[in-house]
Amino acid sequence: MAVSTTTGAPAGGASGAGALITTAFLTLFIMAAGVAVSVALAFAVYSAISVVLPYYKLLNAVLVMILGVSACFGYFWGSNRLLDSIYPASGENVAANLTKANAIRPWLFMGPAIIVLGFYLVYPVVNSVVLSFHGPTGENWVGAYNYQWLVRDANFRESLRNNILWLIVVPAAATFFGLVAAALTDRIPWGNVAKSLIFMPMAISFVGASVIWKFIYDYRPAGTEQIGLLNAIVTSLGGDPQAWLTIPFWNNFFLMVVLIWIQTGFAMVILSAALRGIPEETIEAAIIDGASPFQIFYKIKVPQIWGTIAVVWTTITILVLKIFDIVLAMTNGQWGTQVLANYMFDWMFRGLDFGRASTIALVIMVMVVPIMVWNIREARKDMR
Amino acid sequence: MSTAVGQRSGLTWAVNIAVVFLVVAWTLPTLGILVSSFRDKDQLAVSGWWTALTSSERNIVARTAPPDEAVEEDGRWVLQGNVFESGSGRVSAFGVSIQRPGEFAIGESAEMRGGGTATVQENGDYIVTFPEQPEGRRGERLFVTSVEPPKFTTANYETVLFSEGIGQSFVNTLTVTIPATVIPILIAAYAAYALSWMQFPGRAVLLATIVGLIVVPLQMALIPLLRLYNEIGVGKSFIGIWLAHTGFGLPLAVYLLRNYIAGLPREIIESARVDGASDFEIFRKIVLPLSFPALASFAIFQFLWVWNDLLVATVFLGNNEEQLVLTGRLRELLGSRGGNWEILSASAFIAIVVPIVVFFALQRYLVRGLLSGSVKGG
Repeated sequence: MAVSTTTGAPAGGASGAGALITTAFLTLFIMAAGVAVSVALAFAVYSAISVVLPYYKLLNAVLVMILGVSACFGYFWGSNRLLDSIYPASGENVAANLTKANAIRPWLFMGPAIIVLGFYLVYPVVNSVVLSFHGPTGENWVGAYNYQWLVRDANFRESLRNNILWLIVVPAAATFFGLVAAALTDRIPWGNVAKSLIFMPMAISFVGASVIWKFIYDYRPAGTEQIGLLNAIVTSLGGDPQAWLTIPFWNNFFLMVVLIWIQTGFAMVILSAALRGIPEETIEAAIIDGASPFQIFYKIKVPQIWGTIAVVWTTITILVLKIFDIVLAMTNGQWGTQVLANYMFDWMFRGLDFGRASTIALVIMVMVVPIMVWNIREARKDMR
Repeated sequence: MSTAVGQRSGLTWAVNIAVVFLVVAWTLPTLGILVSSFRDKDQLAVSGWWTALTSSERNIVARTAPPDEAVEEDGRWVLQGNVFESGSGRVSAFGVSIQRPGEFAIGESAEMRGGGTATVQENGDYIVTFPEQPEGRRGERLFVTSVEPPKFTTANYETVLFSEGIGQSFVNTLTVTIPATVIPILIAAYAAYALSWMQFPGRAVLLATIVGLIVVPLQMALIPLLRLYNEIGVGKSFIGIWLAHTGFGLPLAVYLLRNYIAGLPREIIESARVDGASDFEIFRKIVLPLSFPALASFAIFQFLWVWNDLLVATVFLGNNEEQLVLTGRLRELLGSRGGNWEILSASAFIAIVVPIVVFFALQRYLVRGLLSGSVKGG
C-alpha cells in the first residue's frame, strides 16, 4: 500500500515491488547493524572499564549513563555512515544513490522511536486486551469472566464512582482557580512573582504533596493541641477536631484538594497566555460601550479563550483518570477513597491477579479513548 | 491592558488582596513542611508549626530529692534542687497534683501531700520545707509548666539522610532520572526531524499514532511489560526503568519537538541542502542547535516527571536499599513513621527541593514548553 513519494524509479529497471522489498530489507539490515554495533561497543567498553575500576555505585551509574547515551548517539551516527558507504554521494550513480539513500534515511531516524513506542506502548495495549481474557497468571483462558466479575464487584463500583467524582470536581476546580489566578495576576505589578508561587506545586511530586497535605489534615484527639493546620483552625473557631481522611465520602474531596492545589498553576499559566493573546480591540470596544470589569471578563474574554479552556480541562482530565499516587500515599483506598488506578495496582501487587488488573486498566483506557480521538483530530487540523 | 479598570483604586485593592490570599493559600502548605523540618522534634510534636517562633509551654513532671536527704535549717527541714534535669529552663507555673499542674504561680507556697511546703522559682530551683524531719526514699512529684524558647535544628536532616536511607534514595533517584531524561530527547529529536523535514510514506499516519499514544494510560503498560521483562531477564534493573521512562515520555517528546522543528524557517534547511549537506549534517549542525529551547522544555518536563514518579519506579525497580527511590521511600515512611513529623517533613523536603530548584531556575523553558503543547501558535 505504501507508495514511494521519492521521484524516479531506480536505474536498472527493477520492478517497483522488488525495489521496495530491497529497500525495506536494507533498512532493517542497517538499523540492526547500527543497534548491534553500538550496543556491543558500549558493553565492551563497560566490561573493560569495570575490570580496571573498582565498583562504586555512583561511578557505575555515571559510567552506564554515559555509555547508554553514547550508544544511542552511536547508533544514529553509525547507521548514517553505513548508509552513506552503501550509497555514496559521489561517483557515477550519484543521483540514483541519493534517491535510494533518501528513501531509507527517514526510517533510520525514526527507527528507535518506532521500536520503543511499539514495545512500550502499542504492544502493551494489545497484550492487556489479551490478558483481560486470562486468569491470574495470564496463562489460562477464562473468557469474559474478568468482565463479569468486574460488573459485580462492589469495590470496582466504588472506585468508578470516586473516579467520576474526581473527573467532575478536579478539572473544574483547577481550571476555575487557574482562570481566576490568571485574570487577577495579570493586573498587578507583582503578578509574575505571584504566578511563580502559585505555579510552584507543579514541581512537587504527588507523594511529596501527600505528605504536605497529610500534615495539614493531621488529627490529635480533642483536648490536646492540634498540630495540623485544618484542625487547629477548626478548634480555634470552637469546633471539634476531625480525622478528616476517615470521614466517608467527604474524604474524597480532601484528597482532591491536593491535586487541585498542584494543577491550578498549570491551568493558570496556559490561561494567562491565552488571555494575553486576546485582541485589544475587542476589550477597548467593550470599555467604550461601558462594560464593567466583570462583564468584560465573563462576556468578552472568557468566550474568546474557550478553546484553550477545553485544552486545559482535557489535559487535567487525563491526569485525573490516572490518579494513583495521592490515594496510595494518603489513604491507600481505605475509608471509601479507592480509585481505579489504585485498585488496579492492588490487584496487580497484592491480589496478584494479572487478568483482573488488566481488565481494570482497560476500563481506564476506554475512558481515555474519546480524548485521544479528539486530540488526534485537533492535531491533524493543525498540521494542514 | 484594561486601563479603565486600573483607575478604580477600590478594585485594585480587592485584586491585590485576592492575589495575596491565593498566594498564601498555595504556599502555606509547603511552608509548613519546611518550617517543621527545622524544628526540634519535641516541640514539633506538641505545637503547631505556625507557633514555631513563639516560646512553647510544656508540662513536665519532676521529682523532688528523697525526703531522707532533707537537712535541718533554723528548726525546719529543707530539701533543695532544680526541676530541670539539664539545669536550665524557665518555669511559668507549678503544681503539686496532676489534676492541677499549673495551680501555683512561681514563688507561691504549695502544700504537698507529704506535709511539706513547696516553692518553685522561675529558674527551676525548688525548696521544700518540712516542720519535722521527713522520711522516705522517694521524692514527691512536682508538676511544672516550663516555657521553652523556640528551638531550631538540622538534626532531623541528619537523621533522615544517614539513618532513614534518604541519602541512598537520593542517589538512586538521580541514577534513574538523568539517563531517563537524556535518552528520550535524543531519540525523539531524530524522529521529530524525520517527521518534519523528510519525505516518506506513512508520515501522517505515524504522526497521528504518536499523538494518540500521548494519552495512553501508563497502567496499560505495567503488566505486559513486567511479564516481558521477567521473561527476557531484564528484571528489576536501572536499564529497564530508563527504557520504560523513555517509552512513556517519547510520544510527548516527539510531538513537542516536531511542533518546534517543523516551525524552523524552511530557507535555512533548503539552502543547506542545496549546499550539499546531508540530512544527518543538517540535523546535527543546524536543527539541533536551533531547537535548544524546545529540547530544554522537554528536558524539564521529563526530569520533573521522572523525579516525581512513584508508579513506574514501584513496578520496575525493587523495594530494597539499592533501588528504592525518593518517592518510594517517602511513601514507605508515611506508612511506617506516620506520626513522626520530624522525619516525614525533612524527608519530604529533601525529595522536593531538587525539582523546586530546577523549576525556579528554568521556569521560562517550562512555560514555553507547556504553551507550545496546548496553545495554538504558542
